[in-house]
Amino acid sequence: MAKADTADDISKLGFEDAMRELEDIVRRLESGQVKLDDAVKAYERGAALRKHCEAKLADAKMKVEKITGGGKGTAPVDVES
Amino acid sequence: MSSLIDAPDVGSNRPPLSVSELSHALKRTVEDAFGFVRVRGEISQPKVAASGHCYLRLKDENAVLDGIIWRGTMGKLGLKIEEGMEVIASGKVTTYPGRSSYQIIIESVELAGVGALLKLLEERRKKLAAEGLFDAARKKPLPDLPTVIGVVTSPTGAVIRDILHRIADRFPRHVLLWPVKVQGDGAADEVAAAIEGFNSLKPGGAIPRPDVLIVARGGGSLEDLWAFNEEIVVRAAAASAIPLISAVGHETDTTLIDHAADRRAPTPTAAAEMAVPVRLDLIANIGQRATRLTQAIARMLEEHRIHLQGLVRGIPRLDVIVAEKEQALDALSERLALGPRQLIAAKAQDLKLLTARLNLDRFKLDIARSATDLASFAWRMAQAATRALRDVGTRVEGVTARLESVSPQRVLERGYAMVMKGERVLSTAAGADAGAALKVQFADGGVDVRVEGAAAPKPTTKKREPGAGSQGSLF
Repeated sequence: MAKADTADDISKLGFEDAMRELEDIVRRLESGQVKLDDAVKAYERGAALRKHCEAKLADAKMKVEKITGGGKGTAPVDVES
Repeated sequence: MSSLIDAPDVGSNRPPLSVSELSHALKRTVEDAFGFVRVRGEISQPKVAASGHCYLRLKDENAVLDGIIWRGTMGKLGLKIEEGMEVIASGKVTTYPGRSSYQIIIESVELAGVGALLKLLEERRKKLAAEGLFDAARKKPLPDLPTVIGVVTSPTGAVIRDILHRIADRFPRHVLLWPVKVQGDGAADEVAAAIEGFNSLKPGGAIPRPDVLIVARGGGSLEDLWAFNEEIVVRAAAASAIPLISAVGHETDTTLIDHAADRRAPTPTAAAEMAVPVRLDLIANIGQRATRLTQAIARMLEEHRIHLQGLVRGIPRLDVIVAEKEQALDALSERLALGPRQLIAAKAQDLKLLTARLNLDRFKLDIARSATDLASFAWRMAQAATRALRDVGTRVEGVTARLESVSPQRVLERGYAMVMKGERVLSTAAGADAGAALKVQFADGGVDVRVEGAAAPKPTTKKREPGAGSQGSLF
């Protein structure tokens, strides 16, 4: 239940926020100032954040469109050469 | 036609020309001779008529030249005609036969010298800066990883190509190009409209709203880049809610949009680099964090395990603990048994000391000494009293003897008498009038007498009658 909530909450995070939180978790764990129970929870969240970030990075398609009609529509643009 | 002017015979019978003929001949001559000129001068009294044509005058210290910029040319000038501008106007000179005047039809205008242009630029920069359009506080941070990138630039040329290539290299993204003219007539309006257009896109709309904008143009002269110095563009960039990167001209060119942009890129390629991170770097970065995460948790677990082991090893044996406690109990019991006896002994010792201090001999000595003192004082007091009484007795005897020697009775016993008149002693004859009843007092009693004769003058030699003389001297 709690895990589903966590996953849902992470999926809404932007890439940079997720990266920041991941960095924060890593730092906290590295400092060793975390209780063991909390550390295990933090680790699980860190792993979920990592997955989320990697998914964002996996979405890497180049798509180029041209605005037409002064912002009314778009048209594909060929980006050759 | 030229023969009309070049006619060799200047005779009086030359056929007259009409005004129109001459005017048109002049017009052709002028236009042939000055088909294309560049004139430097100061713009004076520019006016845009209802027709859209601009009428102005070019002047210097000594001369004035009328000028016209046709409506169609106005938009292509790339700068706004303003009073007092020092310009170089290019065009052809023609005449206006209807008014016997000549004028220049201006095709293009450039500010006279880069200095003048820069001066204008500086004044505009100051004005916009004063409005706060360039304030650092207005600058927005760029997103770390934009999903959609909006590009405002020309759809052709190297600029858009460089940007797209660099984005594709770093991190393929969705790019929206808003094609605009980047130079000349209407360029500024188009650029400003594109920036505003991107900002007006709603998130989640049919066209995705960009997370970051790039406004770019390749290198060129100051005049070529002028559209990016126009107020309308600068204001649009400053007002953009979407973070905006400007990349206009080369690194050494600075246009006003650079001041208003959230970031200024030296080149279009650099703008693409600012807009998107390198995907592989990010992947590596995440991998590194994931490794650190795993290592951190592993290290933490190991530390806890070691700590736990240490704690387990540190737990002492139960029988040792019990034995220690028993030993402590024994020691306490012993002290408990000895306790009261020692206390009594100590109190007895205290009592002995106190008793010793409670000795009466000292007081006896004090009393004996006081008794001696008292006897001494008593004797000295008796001595003093005796001496004092003796002295007083001696003095009383003296006084008594002297007192008796002057007693009247003694005097009377020696044969003197005292004359009394009533109760008072009569000491002079003057008081003894004839017939007066007196009393003569003797030692052994008094006799009443009567005076027979009057008092005689005081005969010092004469024997006085008893009681008739003064007797006071006897005392």
